[in-house]
Amino acid sequence: MLILECPYCGVHAEETELHAGGEAHLKRFGPGASDEDFHDYLFMRENPKGVHLERWRHVNGCGKWFHAARCTMTLEVFGTYTAQTSEPPQEIKDKISAKRPGWTWREFSA
Amino acid sequence: MSTRLAKQGRLIDRSKQIEFSFNGRKLKGFAGDTLASALLANDQMLVGRSFKYHRPRGLVASGSEEPNALVGLGTGDRFEPNQRATTTELFSGLSAQSQNHWPSLEFDIGEVNSKLFSRFLTAGFYYKMFIHPRPFWKHVYEPFIRQSAGLGKAPNKELKDADTYEHFYFFCDVLVIGGGVAGLQAAKSAAATGAKVLVLEEKSYWGGRTPVDGGMIEGLEAEAWVAKTVAELEAMDNVTLRSRTMGAGVYDHGYILGYERLTDHAPGQGGPRHRMWRIRAAQTVTATGAIERPLSFAGNDVPGVMLAASMRDYVVNWGVTPGKRVLIATNNDDAYRTAIVLHEAGVEVVRLLDTRETGGGDLADRVRALGIRVECGRAIAKVADGKRVTKVAICAQNGEGGAREEVEADAVAMSGGWSPVVHLWSHCGGKLIWDEAQAHFRPDPDRAPTGADGKPFVVTAGTASGPLTLKAVMADAAAAGAKAAEAAGRPAQAVASIATSEVVEAQMEAVWLMPAKADIQLRMKSWLDYQNDVKVSDVQLAAREGYESVEHTKRYTTLGMATDQGKLSNINGLAILADTLGAEIPQVGTTTFRPPYHPISMGAIGGSARGDIFQPLRKTPMYDWHDANGAHWEPVGHWRRPFAYVRSGESVHDAVNREVKNTREKLGLLDASTLGKLIVKGPDAGKFLDMLYTNVMSSLKPGKCRYGLMCSENGFLSDDGVVARIDEDTFLCHTTTGGADRIHAHMEEWLQTEWWDWKVYVANVTEQLAQVAVVGPNARKLLEKLNAQAGGGMDVSKEGLAFMEWKDGEIGGFKARAYRISFSGELSYEIAVAASEGQAFWNALIEAGQEFGVMPYGTETLHILRAEKGFIMIGDETDGTVIPQDLGLHWAISKKKEDFLGKRAQERSHMVDPDRWQLVGLETVDGSVLPDGAYAVGNGLNANGQKNTIGRVTSTYYSATLGRGIAMGLVKHGPKRMGEVIDFPGLDGKIFKAKIVDPVFYDKEGEKQNV
Amino acid sequence: MSKAQSALNGASYAGLAKVEETGLGGMITLRGDFASAGFQAAVKAATGCDVPGVRKIASSEVGAVAWMSPDELLLLVDYAGVDAVVAQISEALAGEHHLAVNVSDARACFAVSGEGAREVIAKVAPVDLAPGQFEAGDFRRTRFAQVAGAFWLDEAGVFHIVCFRSVAVYMYNLLCTSAHPQSKVGVYA
Repeated sequence: MLILECPYCGVHAEETELHAGGEAHLKRFGPGASDEDFHDYLFMRENPKGVHLERWRHVNGCGKWFHAARCTMTLEVFGTYTAQTSEPPQEIKDKISAKRPGWTWREFSA
Repeated sequence: MSTRLAKQGRLIDRSKQIEFSFNGRKLKGFAGDTLASALLANDQMLVGRSFKYHRPRGLVASGSEEPNALVGLGTGDRFEPNQRATTTELFSGLSAQSQNHWPSLEFDIGEVNSKLFSRFLTAGFYYKMFIHPRPFWKHVYEPFIRQSAGLGKAPNKELKDADTYEHFYFFCDVLVIGGGVAGLQAAKSAAATGAKVLVLEEKSYWGGRTPVDGGMIEGLEAEAWVAKTVAELEAMDNVTLRSRTMGAGVYDHGYILGYERLTDHAPGQGGPRHRMWRIRAAQTVTATGAIERPLSFAGNDVPGVMLAASMRDYVVNWGVTPGKRVLIATNNDDAYRTAIVLHEAGVEVVRLLDTRETGGGDLADRVRALGIRVECGRAIAKVADGKRVTKVAICAQNGEGGAREEVEADAVAMSGGWSPVVHLWSHCGGKLIWDEAQAHFRPDPDRAPTGADGKPFVVTAGTASGPLTLKAVMADAAAAGAKAAEAAGRPAQAVASIATSEVVEAQMEAVWLMPAKADIQLRMKSWLDYQNDVKVSDVQLAAREGYESVEHTKRYTTLGMATDQGKLSNINGLAILADTLGAEIPQVGTTTFRPPYHPISMGAIGGSARGDIFQPLRKTPMYDWHDANGAHWEPVGHWRRPFAYVRSGESVHDAVNREVKNTREKLGLLDASTLGKLIVKGPDAGKFLDMLYTNVMSSLKPGKCRYGLMCSENGFLSDDGVVARIDEDTFLCHTTTGGADRIHAHMEEWLQTEWWDWKVYVANVTEQLAQVAVVGPNARKLLEKLNAQAGGGMDVSKEGLAFMEWKDGEIGGFKARAYRISFSGELSYEIAVAASEGQAFWNALIEAGQEFGVMPYGTETLHILRAEKGFIMIGDETDGTVIPQDLGLHWAISKKKEDFLGKRAQERSHMVDPDRWQLVGLETVDGSVLPDGAYAVGNGLNANGQKNTIGRVTSTYYSATLGRGIAMGLVKHGPKRMGEVIDFPGLDGKIFKAKIVDPVFYDKEGEKQNV
Repeated sequence: MSKAQSALNGASYAGLAKVEETGLGGMITLRGDFASAGFQAAVKAATGCDVPGVRKIASSEVGAVAWMSPDELLLLVDYAGVDAVVAQISEALAGEHHLAVNVSDARACFAVSGEGAREVIAKVAPVDLAPGQFEAGDFRRTRFAQVAGAFWLDEAGVFHIVCFRSVAVYMYNLLCTSAHPQSKVGVYA
């Protein structure tokens, strides 16, 4: 059972305090978007073996959404960070790079 | 025969005799006995029957690895099947029954069958036997397999477990699993750094098996060292010791389950029976010891054949011996200790067979000096079948089993070497390496399970690491404790050097089959997995049939799939597989080790969640009143809402009809407190709600209400409700009962993760307010009377509070907010007061409403009233695939807005498909009530030859107002087919004929709600 | 009899620890910008306390303030005076984006006290209750078995628990079950 540190309240929360929210940094497509873009936004998700960026909510806690960078294979957590960003901060990218040199995820990379 | 010895028995108290029963027989044991040792003391060698062949079986081991001695324990509401006699502490009045036999343990019909048919019951026999003819599966094979599956009987389903259970969360730096000398030393080393340490030991006593095996630690006999160390640890503030607590499983990120058995040894003492420790440890030390392997020779399952070290345990710990004349077979030095112990206890060791041509080390010299006959290069060819050992045939190890010599013996001790208990290490991904010298898999310290930080979080200590000598064990344990503490963030310390006695042992020899080239007759009687009845010949057959993967072989033969999870059989089985395949053992590998280490109770997993705290029930402030007034409850999420208030002499249906008519004709009260109430406030609140709702909310004027729909990004209708604008910055959004938490989370999600620069705050005030719908022609009269009684209050007249308006003020002296909204089509006020005053307000309404014919009504009446008006209900008309356009709600979907959640999705081609099923009203031709969920069938057949479906019923009720059944449904091209009659087949073959009509059945002009 | 009633009318139980429903308390959810001087002043005026640190509760003779999230506080004041305090805050923060709302009646409040209090809570909440890890002035939102709740420890050694009113009966039964007199764990007491 995972533990993730909520970047807002600092609690090292076990999974039962958290709610998993799927893939991070989705770019919303709305009216005016092509069928393909909208389809991809709704349905196409990354499913990597390795580095993954996810959304979580500290639902049984401070209630805030946050992002987590972790490895889906070893469950190593590289870091958690604010939800108010459309890309992982440099500090998080550096942490991932230190552990998984050469990583890529969607448009982001080491 | 097995018997109690005159002396020995360090764990028993001979002054305290305990009575218990086995299969109804009254027997006696001593305090400190396990059920297993007490059975042996009473010469009860036969303890059960095997799973497949119903072979007589006796005790093989002394600990939790025991495969055979499973019993049904207790009676009535405390009965539990498949309990191990070896891990069951004896208590007064214990009642045990043996399992898997018919009609009796001594005489079993199944055994006769197995003798006749055993050659048909080979590996994969279920798969081969039960496949043809196909129709036999359901009526013949499946019932047969179900009848014979499992060993013990399930408890009586009418009885509830009489015991209670609980969980406990605990956090520590270093968790040590195993309280043998290695675990104690590791704990001591870790605790010396100041680390917070928890030590778990599954047994009731500390020290593991070293006090039995003997040896000196730091100048003390092992037993004395254990006592001293436990006392030292107990005295430390940073150390917690728990015996009778098993480390059951190691999970991700240092989560470990501890299974504490509080009252199993003393039932009825009160308090929880088991406690599940939910532990988070920075580092875990597994000092789980090692398990002795059986030898694979013919008849190695005959009662009286036992692991050599376990036999030693019975003698030393409990003062019992399984025989008077014991033959020992071994491939290593450890079994010589058993010879010495038996000899000292006055038991005759008739022969010690050592498969090694060169024999053993120091211990062998001591055994010879005692006058025991030791034969090297020798093996057991066969133990004669029976309910106990009588004769043993001896042969050369390096042969096929010929040139036998027969020896009389009543027990056999066997040792095939030792395998570290690697389960807990492996649960979370720790890898193993093959140790050629010891012929076992041991943890590979370079490939430990890793935690959240990517670093190892499990360290092994003692024999669990691989070393088998006391000196190496203590050194490993001291290092493990220090290493774990340092990894947990404590200061590094020099590893203590522990002085111990030393015994020079000779190299063991891997023996997977005895004799090495045993013929097929012998191999067919050589058991690998006792509990699931898997033999050497079965694994060899599986290999010949092409099962190369150890995981496949396991499932095909069922090797290691019994409740002992292959603790004894795993290594022996895969060695046989490797040999048959001509592969090396490490290439074949092991099966996966999964938690729990040893079966745990379902009660412990559930913890305290049973009875009235099985699940939280949400109750409104008026719950008790409803309960006292005939409420027939309906679960709505975790809420309980009154379905109807049933009066004496009424059926539920009668009550609903009465409530419907009374509300239409006079006055009804509905507890609407469960409806979600979300306050949305901020300069961007209007903009935000315009994105969430399909219609425009930003244009709503303060003081007014508007009905709105919410969709997911997928376009599907998700929730609905009335929004009230409180002031320029503030809205109050009503959600459905089930939607409050969900929609609150939905709002927070969009605000926090997409529109985080928008200035909007949301608060869920659902439970702050008790809300009552006052509904019916007399609604206004009631409120005006209350205000008159209170000497004034809110103007609730048609002009003072018009339809779709809200107002703050006082009603009947209660601070209230009233909404003129209607979900029934009647004159209706929804009035919110503080939850704490909810019951008082309800009482006032009931009391003052008597003269107006007031009656409370429940959710079924709510549903019928809305259905008569053609109002949709989230969850009835919607199911996650329905868009508002399907429901004819175009009027509530803004065409002006550039964007809202779901807008783009509703433009997708299949969302605008004219063939989508659309909402209509349905009236049965004969006035009956359509079955809920019924499908309408049209012309033609689909690809499966079934009639094409063209629609389905979404809501269906008996309308007391109209005196007939009414329904709503989604029908293909429905609104264009008004007046057509379509067919709805029922479950019983009956066809319901229903006419497509307008969904508004009652007061189509909406005059009644506007008065 | 007062019109306002708490969920359990002050029910109490004594086992490993004493479990009591503590009746109605005044509570205000206040959301806003903690860094704003006006916000801080409004909190001080309402409760006599400064804005508390992360996962802390501050208290004074007037009231108390608990940290709920980076933009939310829970103000604890006299039940009878809640509406006046909400009005006062709303007036003080009129020009500032904020939300102040009375949630007093949405809650059930419990006190757990006595030697076994830490263990009673540690049976149902995934929180380290060891002395030194959770001390007076600490405030934690978490779950109690299957429901959300928050708790803190006061200077007198009493744990206070707040949950939603609708699950008051569940919470009470849960705590009483955990406080069964023969279920002492014995690690904290």
